[in-house]
Amino acid sequence: MIERVPQVAAAIVLPVAALLGYIIVAEWLLGRLPAGARPRLRPWIWIGPALAFVGFFLIAPAIETVVLSLKDATSSNWVGLDNYATVLTDSNVHLAIRNNVLWWIVFFTSFVLIDGLVIAVLADRVRYEGIAKSLIFLPQAISFVAAGTIWKFIYAYQPPGVEQTGTLNAMVTAFGGEPQPWLAQAPTNNLLIIVVGVWAWAGFATVILSAALKGVPVELLEASRLDGASEVMVFRRIILPLMLPTITVVATTLVIFALKAFDVVYVMTNGNFDTEVLANRMYKELFSARNYGRASAVATLLLLGIVPVLVFNLRRFRAQEAIR
Amino acid sequence: MTFARRLGPLPVHVTIIALVLIWTIPTIATLVNSFRPPALVGSTGWWTAFFPPYAFTLENYERVLTTNNMATSFLNSLTITIPATVIPIVVAAFSAYAFAWMTFPLRNTLFLLLVGLIVVPLQVTLVPVLQAYQNLGLTGTFLAVWLAHTGYGLPFAIYLLRNFFGALPKDLFEAAAIDGAGTLATFFRIVMPLSVPALASLTIFQFLWVWNDLLVALIFLGGTPAVAPMTVTISNLVNSLGQDWQRLTAAAFISIALPLAVFLGLQRYFVRGILAGSVKG
Repeated sequence: MIERVPQVAAAIVLPVAALLGYIIVAEWLLGRLPAGARPRLRPWIWIGPALAFVGFFLIAPAIETVVLSLKDATSSNWVGLDNYATVLTDSNVHLAIRNNVLWWIVFFTSFVLIDGLVIAVLADRVRYEGIAKSLIFLPQAISFVAAGTIWKFIYAYQPPGVEQTGTLNAMVTAFGGEPQPWLAQAPTNNLLIIVVGVWAWAGFATVILSAALKGVPVELLEASRLDGASEVMVFRRIILPLMLPTITVVATTLVIFALKAFDVVYVMTNGNFDTEVLANRMYKELFSARNYGRASAVATLLLLGIVPVLVFNLRRFRAQEAIR
Repeated sequence: MTFARRLGPLPVHVTIIALVLIWTIPTIATLVNSFRPPALVGSTGWWTAFFPPYAFTLENYERVLTTNNMATSFLNSLTITIPATVIPIVVAAFSAYAFAWMTFPLRNTLFLLLVGLIVVPLQVTLVPVLQAYQNLGLTGTFLAVWLAHTGYGLPFAIYLLRNFFGALPKDLFEAAAIDGAGTLATFFRIVMPLSVPALASLTIFQFLWVWNDLLVALIFLGGTPAVAPMTVTISNLVNSLGQDWQRLTAAAFISIALPLAVFLGLQRYFVRGILAGSVKG
């Protein structure tokens, strides 16, 4: 234990000292140059380290992945579109695409949004709003590995006749039902896995939607009520349209998560029993099959899936910048 | 805002309390189980702990810490997380300052590129980075994960900080220039101290992200027990413990103790950060 302290201390002090040293020395060198050259060089000194990291870890590898997807398992020979032909005819990949799109993008995203909206609207009404939202927000701090473990106890299964240790099966048997091996039964196991995702993300949606809700002008709501609008109409015609931009922002974040969902599936079923997802498929191609070509092809599919979100986000960013 | 006013108070209270219970019971169940004797965890439900005969023990914690590598993993998680939080924030602060207050060619294009990179799934980068690490002999080292987390965390960090820095009043910078403050002095004496709230939000984000990460550690550390963080160790235990998997309750709690403390203590900053820009990829 103690012998690790110098290692960690060095790991913090050295990089920070190096970065501070870099910027101080670079600025000092800049000061030696003719005044006219300084403003032109200075920005590159300040963004240089970031560009190097982003270039090495994101931009270059993303391009290289597309290239590697056209090569064989060991990245030594060109194979054209063979990897895509294999991957796109693989029934496991079909299953993964179905799960990512239907269970994760459609159901997970809408459940989190509905949940977040309900909690935001109702909590606004009670005096213990703060504590209620905090408790629902709490799982956001928990890793999906821990969350998966926690929920395995809810879904635990013992054969009929034996005392049930899982909360869900105990409830089912208390009402006279048969205990079920929940995580091994398709297609409901997919639903039960995304429940863990909803549990973890609902607080995030609640926080943002709640802030947007409080931004809806009270006068507007009072006026429409005076005009005789029912509560449902007030919600559908005024609150919802005003909150729509915020809902889309939350939805984008959730869709990104849904596309690359990995940890929770890896821990709970490892993709067995029809719960496969693309990110887990890629992991298997990379480490179980050691096939870099196919792993890259699956990753490229993920990249293609993210393009619409990317375009949408860039547009939104441009619109925001126009207002600034 | 009082949309729910006319729903009547009772259904609102019932719904909220039911939701809060659904959200807290799984964690409470695991917490209770982690203090029960292993034999009981496997044979009776966690709720029986509330009825006599009471039986609580620290055995699960003891066993998981001494026999399952969790003590080492806890230190590994710390060793990975602290530098992987500090380095990207310093690098991001430098470049956010340039993006916010300096003019240079391609500034907007480069920033747009960064905004785009926020959503790119890191799976897209894993194979080439892994190959590069293998060639450099970096796989299985802490350095490999520190650098990778820095690269992956930067786009969001720069985005968040640039928006905050950019919103600082222009007069401050003009006054500093008149007083003869150089770029370095302006950055360290004005921008940094005024940006403590944004830096705090970012620190919590990056800390939670790295601490809770499984994928990056799994790929670049390759499951070597000596360097494995808790997420990797627990996910391995899930598969290898078999019938004995109840012991994981203790492991899960050791792994969530620190993030929960950070979260509860600094929730204000976390919420502020989420509201400031919630598009991490």
